[in-house]
Amino acid sequence: MILHSHMPKQARVVERIQESQDIFTLRLQYPDAEGDRQYVFAPGQFNMLYLHGVGEVPISIVSDPQDDHYFDHTVRAVGRVTKGLSLLRKGDFVGIRGPFGQGWPLAQAEGKDLVIVTGGLGCAPVVAVINYVFRRRERFGHVTILQGVKHHDDLIWRDRYAQWAGQPDTTVALAADNPGHDKTLFAGNVVQLFERVDIRADNAIAMLCGPEVMMHFSVEALLARGFEAINLWVSMERNMQCANGLCGHCQVGPLFVCRDGPVFRYDRIAEWFFRKGF
Amino acid sequence: MSEQRPVFLPRDGLQRLLDAMRQDGRRCVGPVERDGALTFETITKAGQLPTGVHDRQMPGTYQLEHDETPRCFAWANGPQAVKPLTFAPQETLWRVSRDDRGLHFEATPGEPQSVAVIGIRGCDLAALALQEQHFLGAEHIDPQFGARRDALFIVAVDCAYPADTCFCASTGDGPAVSRGFDIALSELDEGFLLRAGSVSGQAMIDSLGLEPPSKAQHQQVEDELAQAVSAQTRQLPAGNLRDAIFERQEHPHWAEVAERCLACGNCTAVCPSCFCSAYEARPSLDGEQSEQVRIWDSCFSFEHSNLHGHALRDDIRLRYRQWMTHKLAGWHDQFGRSGCTGCGRCITWCPVGIDLTEEVAALLEGEPA
Repeated sequence: MILHSHMPKQARVVERIQESQDIFTLRLQYPDAEGDRQYVFAPGQFNMLYLHGVGEVPISIVSDPQDDHYFDHTVRAVGRVTKGLSLLRKGDFVGIRGPFGQGWPLAQAEGKDLVIVTGGLGCAPVVAVINYVFRRRERFGHVTILQGVKHHDDLIWRDRYAQWAGQPDTTVALAADNPGHDKTLFAGNVVQLFERVDIRADNAIAMLCGPEVMMHFSVEALLARGFEAINLWVSMERNMQCANGLCGHCQVGPLFVCRDGPVFRYDRIAEWFFRKGF
Repeated sequence: MSEQRPVFLPRDGLQRLLDAMRQDGRRCVGPVERDGALTFETITKAGQLPTGVHDRQMPGTYQLEHDETPRCFAWANGPQAVKPLTFAPQETLWRVSRDDRGLHFEATPGEPQSVAVIGIRGCDLAALALQEQHFLGAEHIDPQFGARRDALFIVAVDCAYPADTCFCASTGDGPAVSRGFDIALSELDEGFLLRAGSVSGQAMIDSLGLEPPSKAQHQQVEDELAQAVSAQTRQLPAGNLRDAIFERQEHPHWAEVAERCLACGNCTAVCPSCFCSAYEARPSLDGEQSEQVRIWDSCFSFEHSNLHGHALRDDIRLRYRQWMTHKLAGWHDQFGRSGCTGCGRCITWCPVGIDLTEEVAALLEGEPA
């Protein structure tokens, strides 16, 4: 017997959206009702996407768990598998294993202020959380969203950020190292944005996703503002191959990112976090 | 199960034990001398076992020597033992074919053949117990490992001839076997003392109709095992090294080891507890079918720490540190004990003779860094 966590199920591409030059979103659906029914996930979890004859990659789920009958993966075409996935069209098939891992602490975050920090292009896992929060806005306190990118062209989902900025009790601040002519962008990095917004540590939870160097300095900025380590959550990326906590590639110290993460409470990973080689 | 009294199997009765192991269609696997080493292969006759063979092991050296002893387990170990029987070095996990209606995934492995293995040491049984924890103890189990483990009957042998590279006494995993077997043997010139470790092991022993050993035979087994403990010259420091090692992530000794280490991965290939594996798609030439294959991997490979096309551990210092900190520190968090069971294979099979016990001692000598 082989379990679904080891062998993929097929899913059909029902829509393909080009988000930027090398970023695209695949909207997927299981053709059989059984696969569809068993599909339950939490924001921050990921699937293994299998491209026929090429291999598998771990990709976080960007859509909302209550979006019936489909789920979205936003992918950047960088490697052999993701470049191949970028060539798929509506009606094509991929294999899916998942969902895997621990997502964001959304139940724990209810009634609290949220600080969501994201940098670079690793923003898909937090887009899932932001969408989740705004669909259930009354359950959460003040929401602060800080995002930094290298180049203003990297800021996909501009319209969504504009929409979020218009929500009540919400702060959105965007930074780009190279802001171009865009006057709404702060020229600098995401860590510098902390100086420009008012963040209160009491009764707040911070969720961080992006390059580890960005998360490291954001953690320092948040700790300096009175946050406790147990209220900081980070989403990690490693070489996940089996996604079952068995193949060993994604270990950070004694932690399996695929199983114990990818979202970690900061104090649980701090011993090895941002240490080169772990 | 309750403690049963051991029985004595005369040497000329060893074939009866092998025949019992081969009953019910089981394949019998045991140590044989091949290509200058002891390897585990399918056997049918007691005469195939390595009678009169000793192994001389040193850092970077493995040699077999022969004398007139009638014993067939007068050696410590070879490069592999039980690990490949439960955690396959290479296996196809599933197949997929493509047509107009989509992708069709199909599980491939059938029921594994039952295997009875003879000649497993205490160090390897302790490592097998760790692999059982890893592959069967967490949320997502490995069904292939589980099926092969269920179909495995183990005849272990106390180790009276430790190699110079052995240090199982310091890890508490040998030289006597204490758990995880169906039958355990202690070898004497004239035959074997047998004791059962499971209900099926007891049933097999009962089927042989044997008498208890003499007091003198008992005593000789005890004496030889005590001698096997005192003969071990290498050791790991006692106690839990987890904090001491993780506190030395930036110790200069890692760079010193890296100047000798070739990152060949021999140590991980022969380690009985190492569990890393890589997943590969192997498509047919026409691209319509593909197999997903799992093969043993090593944290010494460049690709092991790949992230978006770059290696997180891009030099040997970081890869050796990953291996040792995981084996001796991270395992405590993951499995409640160190991942080293003292078999010494990583010392013997290292082409440049890097000695884990010496490297640990050198690392711990310095202050945390």
